Amino acid sequence: MEVLGQLLNTTLVFSTALIFAALGGIFSERSGVVNIGLEGLMMFGAFAAAVGGYYAQEAGMGEWAPWVGVLSAMAVGVIGSLIHAVASITFKADQTISGTVINFLAAGSTLYMVKLIFDGSGETPLIDGFSKVSIPGLSKIPVIGEGIFNSYPTTYLAIILVVVIYFVLFKTPFGLRLRAVGEHPSAADTLGVNVNKMRYIGVMLSGLLAGIGGATITLTTTGTFAHNTISGQGFIAIAAMIFGKWNPLGAFGAAVFFGLSQAIRNYVQLFEWSKSIPQEFIFMIPYVLTIIVLVSAVGRSSAPKALGEPYDPGKR
Amino acid sequence: MSRIKKIFATDTYIIPLIAILLGFLVGAIVMLIGGYDPVAAYSALFKRVFGSPYDFGEAVREMTPLMFTGLAVAFAFRSGMFNIGADGQVMIGMTAASVVGIKLGGVLPAFLLVPLAVIAAGVCGGLWAGIAGYLKAKRGINEVITTIMLNWIALFLSNYIVRTFLLLQGQNRSEDNPASLSMTFLFSTFDNARLHWGTVIALAAATFFYVYLWKTKQGYEMRAVGLNPHAAEYAGMNVGRNVIKAMFISGVFAGLAGAGEVLGVFHYQSVFAASPGYGFDGIAVALLGLTHPLGVILAAILYGTLTYGSAGMSFGADVPPELIRIVIGSIIFFIAAQGIVRWVLKPFYFKRKKEKVL
Repeated sequence: MEVLGQLLNTTLVFSTALIFAALGGIFSERSGVVNIGLEGLMMFGAFAAAVGGYYAQEAGMGEWAPWVGVLSAMAVGVIGSLIHAVASITFKADQTISGTVINFLAAGSTLYMVKLIFDGSGETPLIDGFSKVSIPGLSKIPVIGEGIFNSYPTTYLAIILVVVIYFVLFKTPFGLRLRAVGEHPSAADTLGVNVNKMRYIGVMLSGLLAGIGGATITLTTTGTFAHNTISGQGFIAIAAMIFGKWNPLGAFGAAVFFGLSQAIRNYVQLFEWSKSIPQEFIFMIPYVLTIIVLVSAVGRSSAPKALGEPYDPGKR
Repeated sequence: MSRIKKIFATDTYIIPLIAILLGFLVGAIVMLIGGYDPVAAYSALFKRVFGSPYDFGEAVREMTPLMFTGLAVAFAFRSGMFNIGADGQVMIGMTAASVVGIKLGGVLPAFLLVPLAVIAAGVCGGLWAGIAGYLKAKRGINEVITTIMLNWIALFLSNYIVRTFLLLQGQNRSEDNPASLSMTFLFSTFDNARLHWGTVIALAAATFFYVYLWKTKQGYEMRAVGLNPHAAEYAGMNVGRNVIKAMFISGVFAGLAGAGEVLGVFHYQSVFAASPGYGFDGIAVALLGLTHPLGVILAAILYGTLTYGSAGMSFGADVPPELIRIVIGSIIFFIAAQGIVRWVLKPFYFKRKKEKVL
């Protein structure tokens, strides 16, 4: 039973970053802008959190230092996403291409800046990051208490955001407009919705959230930022978003699934019987399972209809 | 002469050139902000690539897998698909070349062994990509998600095969591979730079790409499916079959990159610690090359020159080599956002064109 609680806890640690980034992806793609740049935006966030967190810690902000890291990550994530927004919305560039640009610029500029700021070192100094917070009362419940209610503050934030964003997207006028712009921009335009403005908001929110996602990794897992801090998590977040059918609750489920399989990888080696299976097959499980689940259950994916198309008011 | 003028009067050619210049300019500005000397850095970059026969040969070696993966991504793009999985297909190609080369090494003579290893790499890469094509065609599953998953599966599967069947005792790599694509006759000229036949195969692949897509009926169908699957279906084309076929061919290109790396460069296969990244560079090369085979080859040359030269930049001018990713990213940005380039060019170029029309 104790192992189960720990497994759940580790799962959530791994899932949190994916949840943030996938939620960000949902905002962007629901507004009709493909965001293949989540990886780069997470990189911007992870970098900003490491640097911001470091200076805040040096300034003696103690427990508040990681939050400064999160705020810096949000700011830098939004700035990074603006490149994507300007290119793909204002200049009508191919959205896949401008997303790829983000990945390149992030990989280059973050390490370039790390080397500039920290005198040629390829890694930021180690910082304390967040510590786990137990919720009084709830953390005493068996399994779930240890698993969920004794987590990093970012995990609580992610879970709350899933519910909030679900509500915003499907129950508010803002969410309706955002989705309308992604499904049928010219109809939305006719009804007085500013298509490009909504898309800018969608993309900037994706930068903000993916930035927090990246920050989560430096502030709860690695403690530093280096070239391999973000290696593929952004693409897994894209997979989680598609897997979850562009719905916050679905993406949450998919992100937890990916987190769980990563956590299982760490725990299965504690058991004697696992020695008889080649480790590679254990590592493969989440990815194979994803494909199997997609084949058997999900079927046709339901992407927003106008996804990938720049809005051109003159076009019929 | 007038023909040359015509080529340069078309914005298809002028915009990438301006984009490249603007990309270098952005890199220079970033260097100035960081307190580096951009002139010294760029000259160190080119000196590194063109400074010695060895370095030039190694730069060509660096370009070769980029040509293949660039072609792979571009081919899928032309057929309306986004192949993020070239990386996995490269790894599968490498593994296939290793298995055939090492296991059949003692059995077959070289003139059979080498082609067989190359073909195995291409076919296995193609089949690996074909899984994503099949799932898209038959089940409507987004190829982006399946190719991302297949990348990871390919990584672990390759490692399993190398560790279990091909391992060199006590090492983290396979036994030496007797099949070789090296161009040994060039080694003395290029100071033992690891040049190999893969480069020639890549150029042949680019030619195939062009002829197949623009000169055959099958290729016409494939482009039609890429441009508008509904219209293609209405015209009686089998969309699903074209999707699978396009992914297969795309994967063959990527798989051949793996053959080149294993049989031409390393002559063994390491256990991967992480994704080698050829596929992601391939996305950039395909986009830089405007998904046209000739463009892809030119883009791979540019990309290879920049990445290989970036090491010289850090030795020669102390600039972090990561800067080159900013340059490449900016070039792609300006190619994608052609509106910006047109705006920059407007005073000199497009105005003149308008006068001509009047």
